[in-house]
Amino acid sequence: MQFIKPDINIDFIGKRKFAYGLSLALILISIASLILHGGPKFGIDFVGGTVIQVKFQTAVPIKNIKSGLDTLAIGNSSVQSFGDRDDHEYLIRTDLSIATGERLSDQIQKALAGATGSAAEIRRVEMVGPQVGKDLRQKALFAIFYALLFIAIYISGRFEFKWILTGLMAVALMGAVYFLSLFNVSIPFLILVALLVTLLLFWLLNLKYAMGAIVALLHDVIITVGIFSITGREFTLPIIAALLTIIGYSLNDTIIVFDRIRENLRKISKSPMPVIINRSVNETISRTILTSLTTLLVVIALLVLGGGIIHDFAFALTVGIVVGTYSSIYVASPILIAWQERTRKK
Amino acid sequence: MKKISWRMVIVLVVAIVAIVYTLPTFLPTLWPYKKINLGLDLQGGMHLVLEVDTIKAVEGTVERIAQELRTGLRDERIRTAALDRIGGTRISVKITGQENIEKFQKLLDKDFKDLRILSKTLQDGVLDMVMDLPENESDGIRLMAAEQALETIRNRIDQFGVNEPDIRNQGENRILIQLPGIRDTQRAKELIGKTALLEFKLLDEDHDVETALKGNVPAGSEVLYQVVIDKETLREIKTPYLIKKRTLLTGAYLTDAKVQIDSQFNEPYVSIDLDKKGARIFETITAENVKKRLAIILDNKVYSAPVIQEKISGGAARITGNFTAETARDLAIVLRAGALPAPVNIIEERTVGPSLGTDSIRKGLIAMLVGGVFVIFFMAIYYKGAGLIADFALLLNIVLIAGGLAAFQATLTLPGIAGIILTIGMAVDANVLIFERIREELALGKTPRAAVDAGFNRAALTIMDANITTLIAALVLFQFGTGPIKGFAVTLSLGVISSVFTALVVSRLIFDYFLRIRRVKQLSI
Repeated sequence: MQFIKPDINIDFIGKRKFAYGLSLALILISIASLILHGGPKFGIDFVGGTVIQVKFQTAVPIKNIKSGLDTLAIGNSSVQSFGDRDDHEYLIRTDLSIATGERLSDQIQKALAGATGSAAEIRRVEMVGPQVGKDLRQKALFAIFYALLFIAIYISGRFEFKWILTGLMAVALMGAVYFLSLFNVSIPFLILVALLVTLLLFWLLNLKYAMGAIVALLHDVIITVGIFSITGREFTLPIIAALLTIIGYSLNDTIIVFDRIRENLRKISKSPMPVIINRSVNETISRTILTSLTTLLVVIALLVLGGGIIHDFAFALTVGIVVGTYSSIYVASPILIAWQERTRKK
Repeated sequence: MKKISWRMVIVLVVAIVAIVYTLPTFLPTLWPYKKINLGLDLQGGMHLVLEVDTIKAVEGTVERIAQELRTGLRDERIRTAALDRIGGTRISVKITGQENIEKFQKLLDKDFKDLRILSKTLQDGVLDMVMDLPENESDGIRLMAAEQALETIRNRIDQFGVNEPDIRNQGENRILIQLPGIRDTQRAKELIGKTALLEFKLLDEDHDVETALKGNVPAGSEVLYQVVIDKETLREIKTPYLIKKRTLLTGAYLTDAKVQIDSQFNEPYVSIDLDKKGARIFETITAENVKKRLAIILDNKVYSAPVIQEKISGGAARITGNFTAETARDLAIVLRAGALPAPVNIIEERTVGPSLGTDSIRKGLIAMLVGGVFVIFFMAIYYKGAGLIADFALLLNIVLIAGGLAAFQATLTLPGIAGIILTIGMAVDANVLIFERIREELALGKTPRAAVDAGFNRAALTIMDANITTLIAALVLFQFGTGPIKGFAVTLSLGVISSVFTALVVSRLIFDYFLRIRRVKQLSI
């Protein structure tokens, strides 16, 4: 059985302007949403606060829960339903980092049971102090940045054999970022600048494969973050893990295509680049679609059946896989072409 | 033939080892081996991060030095205009009179050489000095405070009796505590967080506590409260006491603390034993202050202030108060383990109830099962015979991951289960790469054996490339992540490694078996 005929020949490269347009639109929408909402919606992992997961025996209207909480001194709180409807679980979130000592858990249970008439069970409590939240924010940004750098080294090494050059560049960047981070500079700003500098360096050092890959990855991350922002979901530590996984996974696809391109370059070096790239993408599309399909199958199983805690994580992965597949086909390779045209114009 | 038997041996060995490691988790009675560790989010428990307020430890030392200086000045009969601790960690002194100033300088040089002089003005026969501790001294105190806090907390938790607690330090002054399976999180937090500084001080019976409350606190004394929770109304009753600041005896001299029941009122109390030096000090205190009241203070709260009836030798004392069996036991634990050198604050807490843990495991496993079944069916339908080989490799994959987790004693968390599920989807990738190549080669007209050879060889490099990048992401996650995220990074890494192994070695083996030994003529792919 075969979905995709072996002699498939879609003109991906020819359609690349359209793909550029779509990608640009998606990125702009993402950034617009982020600006509109004042940045990503951070969970307590990154801004501090307390989250309490409560389970009731019977269905309970949220306003009863809220009125029950009003009697307690827990600051600004929000209540959200969580997981399956039948589980009757709710998430209470406050911006105060309250240590649930001093019989607070008992007080909450009593107040809620009283206000809703249904027995309340506290299933989970998470509290993150503001300093820890700040630390985790920084750690997450560093993690993403370092991962991108390592990947850049690997790709430049494997595809352009420029191990040492990229290695030195990466070490220099990491050192500079670390050094500057000690000076109380705003870390997000620092990482952003570092990323732009990195891309600039790719350009100057002619590391086109690394550039193509990293641009595709940034494209995936921005759009995933944007969709999270649009759907009002929170950023927590697991979501950052999902982003890094998407980076690793999306790269798989990109490398498969780059591999083919390299192989075909050797085989039919006479043809122009766009033709080679087209051919390579067509040859690998069967595998790309198949893998994405099977991975989506399992991730969607996780999304639907995995329960509330892992739900957002599975959602991030789903979005990331779809966008990642698209970017491997329509974003990474065309960048190589854009490069070629630039160098040819010179 | 030789090649195959070599590889077959390796695969069999790996498979058997993995199965051996996995068994204890499912059949714990069969093997007394290590089980798979479950993370707190799957077995329930509490994760705490404490921050040790090490600056307070420095302040405490400076306070002690200030007291010693005051005693020294008194002994040498140096009249002091003022001696205060300012800014937490500095001591300011004002001395008048030439003779006093000289004696003061001599005292400093003799007994207080460690103090660093920040400012010194000598004008019109008045000496103003501000001193503090030099950097390396205060840094040393802070480091030691953090270490001591860790040890004391470990001691307390050991006595509390938790199954396999994990206590370690994180950075300069943070302590990470994981208590799996704990039910009474409230008690545990109070036990861990209590500074538990036990002090014996005399009541200031020369002055009135009411006038002190109005703002007129006499020098050398302070107002401390006794907080009692009325058993019926559950309300707090605060009683003020005027206490002389000077600490006569601390809990450092304790050798033991036990819970006893008072035979008269049938109420629990804590009996403490002092060491020889402490016993002697206690004897002196009680002898010199008969009929006066001695306050027993814990963390600046008065527990009780009994009247000293007579001189007490032998170094045994009682702490009574409104105790329940539980609170008495906790106090005894805390006194035995010793006071924390500095207060600790809880800066991060994640507690999962056991019911949520089992639910998470169930949901995760169901998702894995359903997803897995989908993939298995899909592969069988799309690639037919070869698909079944890939499916077998997939199942072996899961066993290998489970075995790896048990062998390395890594922790399985809910994101970790998600990682296994992800691996199921991604493991297919390697096989797809190989099979698509084989199909291509077959289409070019090669024989099955040649097609399989070419397929595996060509695909191998690409498979390595692609999976290494996932591995890089997983390693970065492992480095930067905590708890559940680390669990995810571990299963992802194990999954990637095992899927490469099963795709390149195991699948190849099965193909070769069918092609060379069974001499199958046509590939079902």
